[in-house]
Amino acid sequence: MASLEELKNLATQVRRDIVRMVHGCQSGHPGGSLGCADFITALYFSIMKQNKNFSMDGKGEDLFFLSNGHISPVWYSVLARAGYFPVNELATFRKLNTRLQGHPTTHEHLPGVRVASGSLGQGLSVACGAAYAKKMNGDSSIVYSLHGDGELEEGQNWEAIMFAAHHKLDNMIATVDWNGQQIDGPVSKVMNLGDLRAKFESFGWEVIEMNGNVMEEILSTMTKAKSLLGKGKPVAVLMKTVMGYGVDFMMGSHEWHGIAPNDAQLAKALEQLPLTLVDY
Amino acid sequence: MLEQETLSMLDQYTDKDKKETRGGFGAGLAEVARRNEKVVALSADLAGSLRMDEFIKEFPARFIQVGIAEANMMGVAAGLTIGGMIPYTGTFANFSTGRVYDQIRQSIAYSGKNVKICASHAGLTLGEDGATHQILEDIGMMKMLPGMTVIVPCDFNQTKAATIAIADHNGPVYLRFGRPKTPNFTRESDFVIGKAQLLSDGTDVSIFACGHLVWKAIEAAKILAEKNISCEVINIHTIKPLDEEAIISSVKKTNCAVTAEEHNKFGGLGESIAGVLAKNHPAPIEMVAVNDSFGESGKPEELMTKYGIDTPNVVHAVMRVLSRK
Repeated sequence: MASLEELKNLATQVRRDIVRMVHGCQSGHPGGSLGCADFITALYFSIMKQNKNFSMDGKGEDLFFLSNGHISPVWYSVLARAGYFPVNELATFRKLNTRLQGHPTTHEHLPGVRVASGSLGQGLSVACGAAYAKKMNGDSSIVYSLHGDGELEEGQNWEAIMFAAHHKLDNMIATVDWNGQQIDGPVSKVMNLGDLRAKFESFGWEVIEMNGNVMEEILSTMTKAKSLLGKGKPVAVLMKTVMGYGVDFMMGSHEWHGIAPNDAQLAKALEQLPLTLVDY
Repeated sequence: MLEQETLSMLDQYTDKDKKETRGGFGAGLAEVARRNEKVVALSADLAGSLRMDEFIKEFPARFIQVGIAEANMMGVAAGLTIGGMIPYTGTFANFSTGRVYDQIRQSIAYSGKNVKICASHAGLTLGEDGATHQILEDIGMMKMLPGMTVIVPCDFNQTKAATIAIADHNGPVYLRFGRPKTPNFTRESDFVIGKAQLLSDGTDVSIFACGHLVWKAIEAAKILAEKNISCEVINIHTIKPLDEEAIISSVKKTNCAVTAEEHNKFGGLGESIAGVLAKNHPAPIEMVAVNDSFGESGKPEELMTKYGIDTPNVVHAVMRVLSRK
């Protein structure tokens, strides 16, 4: 398990990967990817129990589902850095014949991915099914998932939220990237989610909140989230993040949801993200 | 001589035993669950209508009630496959397809998940509930999905056999069946996924039918046999992958074809057959299908007559296609 210092360095390298990948193909979604770099890094290098080799069924290991599939750059970077596939393959992101499709898919057999995502609102249902199967199989490991806050506007989420509580899926931790931004503007203006904590709680979930851009807080909160499992309720983590975190001119705005930096912007971004490992 | 042989082959099929195809699904589900412990079943508040009672009674821990939430059901089913389960989803055909097309597309078909989408109450024969529930576009939607197997069995026995067989087929399957009691005339052992079922040899015309229209095709063939018209009746229970070889070799003999289905003329069996024939052996073809229309409330038989998919319609289609030879 990585130390706190190592985790922070990894997250910085992941952010370098993100802006370089998106720049390399001049497309993709840097904003949400940067915002979730700390969380996904922590998941794969500290929080999740993983088998040595990837298998689709993931028996005896924790599973992760990325429902907001457009932030694929952060996931791909972390998967590569964690050894699921060669780091150099990050250079193929969104290019013809790549396994690193614009949105994650199993179709090209990329290790680490267990279902396609990108058409929003479907990942929590899949996570519920996987969590249900773990219970049927007597497998005590955990199912993690990540969802955008804007994504919660999709009604299927609330079907799944109801389902998870009804079937007492107390082996799953669903995290919401609560950055308050979506493509058309602030979530509060596009479609206000209201009292998100109260919504989850009234549906029968345990809810905890954390700052998703502070590594120490991610580790302590996720440890607490795990301690809440096994008590009849699924657990939701409402994770405050800043979209674009780590690159000042991309931060806090929906403007960088889905556009790529040009050469000058890339250079400016990389100045703020010192090399901590090696670039792909 | 030939006509007599054809007649005798057709005579083995009778309507003495009438059962629901959905009942065949229920019986098949319970049976396949006994044989394969990975089989689980999901329902979106229609377990009784899908005749899942026997399964639920015998395997309560393998039944997952989802409530009236079909989109979630498809996602949950996809997730269950990751843990090695073979999920059978159960709801009406309308809610199994159009309502959840993108969930099936992304989480099941594109993701290559081993989900069995079991769809009852398909087509006009759902009856009195009317057009909101009578889906006539589902075969088209499902056959367009890459990797999806589409099966439309014709009677109770065949639906039971198909329900059992699809557990051993690795990949997503759409299994379409219906509500009313219809003649139960095939043998379970005759069903093989992807292999067209020859019901009667004939020389004048090939009739390709699926689902409830297979019986109508047999009735039509019996009527036509009395007029010395020899019909080759072939049950295309698997619409995808299509048994092209069986279709081509039959039409090479008869040089004309009639298709019959309880579906819109767009997107269904007829178009699939026409595509195969256009490419391999062009021949006149007539299609018995719903003429790009929604249905309405009524009794199944009344609706099949009004919307042009009953036995006389098959007979007339044969006469038309013969005149074009």
